[in-house]
Amino acid sequence: MVLKALTANHAVAEAAKLARVKVVSAYPITPQTTIVEKLAEMIEKGEMEAKMVRVESEHSALAATLGAAAAGARAFTATSSHGLLYMHEVLWWTSGARVPVVMAVVTRAIGPPWNIHVEHSDVMDQRDTGWIIGVAQENQEAFDLTLQAFRISEDPRVYLPMIVSLDAFILSHTVAPVDVPSQQEVDAWLPSRRQPYVISPETNVVMGNIADDADYYMMRYSINAAMEAAKKVVEEVDEEYGKAFGRRYGGLVECYNCDDADYIMVLMGSWAGDAKKASDLLREKGYRVGVMRVRFVRPWPREVVQEKLSNRKGVIVFDRSISFGSAGQLFTDVAASLYGSTSIRGVVAGLGGVDVRPEDFMNEVTDFVSHVEEFGRVYEPLRWHLPPKYAKSLAEEVSA
Amino acid sequence: MSGTAAVVEKPKTYWVAPISYPAPASSGKTGLWRTERPVIHLEKCVKCLYCWLYCPEDTILRREDDYVYVDYDYCKGCGICAAVCPTNAIDMVPEGGES
Amino acid sequence: MYMELRFHGRGGQGAVTAATILARAALLEGKWAQAIPEFGAERRGAPVSVYARISDKPIEVHSNVIEPDIVVVLDYELLKVVDVTKGLKEGGTVILNSPVNKSPIPSKYKVYCVNATRIAKELNLVVSGWPTVNTAMVGALAKATGVIGLESAVKAIEEYFSNPTLGKLNAEAAARSYKELEPCSD
Ligand code: SF4
Ligand code: SF4
Repeated sequence: MVLKALTANHAVAEAAKLARVKVVSAYPITPQTTIVEKLAEMIEKGEMEAKMVRVESEHSALAATLGAAAAGARAFTATSSHGLLYMHEVLWWTSGARVPVVMAVVTRAIGPPWNIHVEHSDVMDQRDTGWIIGVAQENQEAFDLTLQAFRISEDPRVYLPMIVSLDAFILSHTVAPVDVPSQQEVDAWLPSRRQPYVISPETNVVMGNIADDADYYMMRYSINAAMEAAKKVVEEVDEEYGKAFGRRYGGLVECYNCDDADYIMVLMGSWAGDAKKASDLLREKGYRVGVMRVRFVRPWPREVVQEKLSNRKGVIVFDRSISFGSAGQLFTDVAASLYGSTSIRGVVAGLGGVDVRPEDFMNEVTDFVSHVEEFGRVYEPLRWHLPPKYAKSLAEEVSA
Repeated sequence: MSGTAAVVEKPKTYWVAPISYPAPASSGKTGLWRTERPVIHLEKCVKCLYCWLYCPEDTILRREDDYVYVDYDYCKGCGICAAVCPTNAIDMVPEGGES
Repeated sequence: MYMELRFHGRGGQGAVTAATILARAALLEGKWAQAIPEFGAERRGAPVSVYARISDKPIEVHSNVIEPDIVVVLDYELLKVVDVTKGLKEGGTVILNSPVNKSPIPSKYKVYCVNATRIAKELNLVVSGWPTVNTAMVGALAKATGVIGLESAVKAIEEYFSNPTLGKLNAEAAARSYKELEPCSD
């Protein structure tokens, strides 16, 4: 194993190259840009045998990627924030066409006001589009998930596109050790591309034509069936990847310090590392706290969430995004899966890249624990973990 | 080599193909929808094939000698062929009456 | 061993490169590291901070570095505009690129000086009119703190530059600065 010091963006580009991606189409947006910049450089230098399709917008970037993939090429794109929102319509075209595609999303806040820092609103906004969504905690995992995404997306039980989500700057621009396997190793692990149909100029095929209402309905049914099937495929791919490259993540979720835990924090992305640290520190103080890191937002790991979280004293969900007028999106999915079987609180924190530290997680957990101990069963969908600069003034305003 | 050519393999979950293959008459004889029909006056035709190129229904048919005629079973009477013809060789004539 | 670092430089001065080289050198020694650029809109000449973590175990913490153990200052003039010891742990280390071999930093910290600007100029390491002092400062960091050894610093620098001549010169800058670094005070 040779570790290289790479940013997560460069790690993702390496993975796309090793997957022998044949077509890349993308439009630059911070903080995604260095992924496609690197791919363009590799193509230009002849290290990667692929075509770079330049386009005028993200909408076209995904459309070109979809076209290439429908024609039989392993195709890749990447975007962030506003770029992803602009693509939104084509995400539906891609999943509806059942064409395997892989896209990296460097999650970033959405303007206005302008902010380029980490937040999960952009990727959470795509939950309902029929894309599989995997979320990395580390640079290494961003690399591994990208390779795995091709295998998952191109599995005949799935045939759905997949997003690999990685946090802005904290991963995308931070250099950390990444094990990059050789081309031979990847070739041996990743089979050739499979897909349900291929279009070509010689065949008359209509994509996106009018369907009979009942046929339309059943196509939706079939996307959901594929999502459900993807749960097993994700677990299998995780296991096989572990055999080939020595890294396993636990499939749809990773559970840390969970076995004997009374309380479990649930969250996704890079700040899970800080939550794990908080869990260690809390244990030193006698709190039995674990961390469930959601690795796949879609398909939603309902069964393992139920299995791992039911019958705890309490579950505290940290969302780095919010569905305005409701609560954090992870919270709503977790709460729906648990249907009141345990105390639960949702915390929205770290929007716009606000720093969230192990101490912040510890304070939230101890507050929740004392709440549960005082009141018994607790159901609190939305608590704001305010930035330090505002925490005091708002508390005063509320009490005044 | 891995990743170069895609293998078409049948899906293993419940499947309704999101694609279709065009075939004549999949919506019945669409010529019935017409209120005006294009009539081509070949003496004015210069074989430029604009009408053949522009017809959205692919119902301008092309003879060996590049003169054109209309497939009235499926021509919907949109009038595009008449509009693009540089020599005004195509007239749009109301259906149902004189012809 | 677990250390947090902060580099102070100006946009375009190579602070990110310094942190990246540190991370690569740490990897060569079987250590774990993160090199973390400041996540803002950097402009050439504006003061910037870059952070790093280094440990003998994998690091999963990703929140900001706010209480560093070590601070590296690439540009002496920054002392006038930036509070370089902000959050610095008690007894922490400051490494200064100082033209005068003096430092206004309180003596409760361990302070080291080296004239990295002179070293860079001597070796002709000047890009668009700016001496590139970052590799010299990596050498100084190795000497002052031992978080990485000079040998791995030199190797990481040579590997970083695709042009071997440039790699050699930068490695030489690190070696010279390693030799010249001295404790300093007011
Ligand atoms: S009227 Fe329209 S549909 Fe009919 S032949 Fe002309 S262009 Fe085609
Ligand atoms: S457009 Fe007019 S001139 Fe040209 S081929 Fe058609 S009928 Fe003939």
